[in-house]
Amino acid sequence: MTEKEEYPLKKVCIICAKGNLEDVYAACVMANGAVMEGIETKVFFTFFGLDAITKKQMNHLHTATVGNPAMRMPNGWAFPSVLGMLPGVEAGVSSIMKKQMEALDIPTIPEFLEMITAGGGELYACKLATDMFKLKKEDLSDEVKDIITVGEFYGLCGGQGTQIIFT
Amino acid sequence: MAQKTYAGVTVELTDEGYLVDKNQWNKEMAVEIAQENDITLTAKHFAVIEFLRDKVEKGETLTIRAIGKSGIVDIKGFYELFPGAPLKVATKISGLSKPVSCV
Repeated sequence: MTEKEEYPLKKVCIICAKGNLEDVYAACVMANGAVMEGIETKVFFTFFGLDAITKKQMNHLHTATVGNPAMRMPNGWAFPSVLGMLPGVEAGVSSIMKKQMEALDIPTIPEFLEMITAGGGELYACKLATDMFKLKKEDLSDEVKDIITVGEFYGLCGGQGTQIIFT
Repeated sequence: MAQKTYAGVTVELTDEGYLVDKNQWNKEMAVEIAQENDITLTAKHFAVIEFLRDKVEKGETLTIRAIGKSGIVDIKGFYELFPGAPLKVATKISGLSKPVSCV
């Protein structure tokens, strides 16, 4: 019998750079999933991903109904981009999506952030992007630990068994 | 598949150490499985265990979110009760199968 050496994941550093509902959820599910497994977790929100941790925006994230080829009608037909351009359609689609997620016990974004930090995960905002969007610490969710530079974030990503994931 | 004796009862375990048959479980067993995970069970632990077993009995999926809303303990408290990977550790102590939930 040959011994297989295993190198378990010890830390994940996730970068969330997009503000679409699905991209933010991807980052949150992966971050929370890591926390649940007892893996050290750090999430860096930058550029449009900042919407996920901005108090004013975090409850109003949308999924794109234009230019999204995977977007389908409830019956499975392709969703015409022209429809997606109509006022209110994007909000409606996003609202249906949120209802379906609630039914599966998938938390809202603010709740997800709380779950991640409750389990010891850490959330950070990008200094450069907050400057650009003129956001201050008080504009961000209370779950955000700090506003840091990309260099400082890399500084947190050291150690064996660490992976950086970009969503 | 392996066999192990907890509290005087020999039980079948999965490769990851979860009880194969949740009906073989009892509270004395829970205490011994908890000790293996460096946890000393308190009344609060047992309240969570009861909640988890009840959920599984009803055929519901276990999620950390549901535990946070159980009124027994908040999510932070749950991580403190069962450190590391709380849902996995808690289900193991509760004699349940490995959880398949992602949230």
